[in-house]
Amino acid sequence: MTIIKRGFAALAAGALSTALAVPAFAEPVKFDFWFGLSGDLARVVDTLCKNFNDSQKDYEVVCTSQGNYDATLQNTIAAFRAGKQPTVVQVYDVGTATMMLSGAYKPADKLMEENGYKIDYSDYFPGIARYYATSKGEMLSFPFNSSTALMYWNKDAFAKIGKTEAPKTWEDVGADLKALKDAGYDCPMAINISANESWQLMEQFSALHNQPIATKNNGYDGLDARLEVNKTKFVQYVTDLKKWYDAGLIKIKSKDLGQDMVQAFATGTCQVILTSVGDHGTVGRTQKEGMSWDVAELPVYAGTERKNSLVGGASLWVLSGKSDAEYKGAAAFLNFIHDPKTALFWSTNTGYIPVTKSGFDFMKSNGFYDKAPYKGREVAIASLTASEPTEITRGIRLGNFTQIRAEFGTQMQAIFANKVSVQEGLDALVKNGDAILERFQQTYPGKTLP
Amino acid sequence: MEKRVTFGRWTIGILFAVPQLILIFTFFYWPAGQAVYWSLTLQQPWGGGNIWVGLDNFRSILANADYWNSITASMIFAGISTGLAMVIALVLAALTDRQLAGSWLYRVVLIWPYGIAAPALALAFRFILAPEAGFMAVVNKVWPGFWDPGLDGADAMASVIIAFSWKYVGYNFIFFLAALQAIPRSLIEAAAMDGSGVIRRFWDIQFPLITPTIFFLLVINITESFQDSFGIVDIMTAGGPANATNLMVYKIYSDGFKGLDYSGAAAQSIILMLLIIALTIVQFRFIERRVHYR
Repeated sequence: MTIIKRGFAALAAGALSTALAVPAFAEPVKFDFWFGLSGDLARVVDTLCKNFNDSQKDYEVVCTSQGNYDATLQNTIAAFRAGKQPTVVQVYDVGTATMMLSGAYKPADKLMEENGYKIDYSDYFPGIARYYATSKGEMLSFPFNSSTALMYWNKDAFAKIGKTEAPKTWEDVGADLKALKDAGYDCPMAINISANESWQLMEQFSALHNQPIATKNNGYDGLDARLEVNKTKFVQYVTDLKKWYDAGLIKIKSKDLGQDMVQAFATGTCQVILTSVGDHGTVGRTQKEGMSWDVAELPVYAGTERKNSLVGGASLWVLSGKSDAEYKGAAAFLNFIHDPKTALFWSTNTGYIPVTKSGFDFMKSNGFYDKAPYKGREVAIASLTASEPTEITRGIRLGNFTQIRAEFGTQMQAIFANKVSVQEGLDALVKNGDAILERFQQTYPGKTLP
Repeated sequence: MEKRVTFGRWTIGILFAVPQLILIFTFFYWPAGQAVYWSLTLQQPWGGGNIWVGLDNFRSILANADYWNSITASMIFAGISTGLAMVIALVLAALTDRQLAGSWLYRVVLIWPYGIAAPALALAFRFILAPEAGFMAVVNKVWPGFWDPGLDGADAMASVIIAFSWKYVGYNFIFFLAALQAIPRSLIEAAAMDGSGVIRRFWDIQFPLITPTIFFLLVINITESFQDSFGIVDIMTAGGPANATNLMVYKIYSDGFKGLDYSGAAAQSIILMLLIIALTIVQFRFIERRVHYR
């Protein structure tokens, strides 16, 4: 009995001494950050994490790539259900509605306020901030990697048809593609029509033309929003794309077929593509020797008042159920990422654009946009800030939007394979997309978007 | 008096069975039960709660034309790829069994495809069958527009069938060869002395004697073609173009994991399970009658 007692006493003493010893050694507080980038981009994130860990001694962020955006969200949900979620997680743009209804996050603005960081939210480009903010304008997550869609055009090819500037309207694009074809170019323009291209073909196009994708201001005003892309200018656009495809002015390029559109453009096979500013670096690194090319804002139809394009990419969410110490670390981390110097590091090493005005100004004053490999990326900022965001061009707030994008790919493929007409295909997209939205609404009865 | 080894108390017997029961319960009945429960509710992905909806999930799935399209695609895939994989494997095994020159080499090499992970082989076939870059680019040069899995659903279906069959030829080959080699040489030699040719000996002696193996492989191939096709479809076509290769198992994945519709995916997996059970019962009921066990 006495032995046991003594044992307890020793244990208690030991515990006490460790408790006393902790402040002296001050192990940094560790917290997890899960992200969805891979390859080169993942290495940049790892460097970013290392820079944060080296910049101070109190916190240590452990950064883990989950491979891609889908997997990051899936794994985070699984971890959350098991109570083992990371403190900070990167969630892609279209996962925003799902996150907002999850009840699994700590609002970013509240987190920063509680931990004594003052963030000037008006410093964010409105086109970026509104995408992630609630309908009342509160920031629930921090914009992180951001991009927008641009038109890449081959200057050499356009010079052959006597053009020195990129076409600004779709009418001009049609004429130029015809001229390129007549000048002997086999592939004047490349597109792809999978779920991924919903972003540049449907979402960006609709924002630039101030056309809704769904009712209720693209879903910002309620879960009962339903698609309406089968009766907007988008119908005209798909009709034109199909017409150009049938005339051989547009070719479909995808990895499954042998060459994706970025490769097709970089090798000089195709003369025009529409893709993210994030591919600017890839094109520059892999382009055919001596090829002269540039980027321009996406064209609009003649007579359209151009609006801001949409941001693409992901934002950082802080999840609920973590300790105060971890939240302190997360706040410090988010503050570090918010810093203009980090913005410069991030944009130099990736193709992403700065998300704040101060970050953009800092980069401009450093001469970032004057140098050859980065020159042209400022067009993305011009496109994002072309106008003050309208009720429709703030973004898209629809549940299970990943599935709607998949449906977009399915119907576009049916249209381009001549299985259905353009109108039939888009009607089917709306019908099937609405079923997805309805199901999402039923899953969250009585809940509303913040 | 008869001596029997029995346990004094029935509890000891139960005790011995418990580890096995726990394993089966944890890894089979519990998840399956969970899937049944999810299929009868609407689950919020983050675990915020769920609502009981009865059979609504099943009703909406069965009323969806896309789902029936997916079932048809799965049936076509299962039928053709099982047929291809079994016939090719049987021919190869029969030839290898005849001890033709170099058959020792085929015996080793033909087993390899089964050892390759589905995504890796799908990547290889994606390249081989790419209309602009791979082997098929040559064919497309001769007949422009002949091969276009990017837009032509039949071509895309053919691609995944080829990749899947290629893998299962290796698997079937092992079993066929083993079965053929188990046939006593004396039977075949006797037939040969009576003057029957190679083909005749195959149909009259070898084929009837390996029917148990054929039946076993038929059941396995059909079951696997419903379940193991996922990796190949994911890498090669992602269910496209226009849902032409959206097989049932891939649809479960994309609805459940990409679309976060856990309840719909659970309901679909239960339908898939019932379908496989039904198919297996049919095979045992009607095809096994023709099998001669030795």
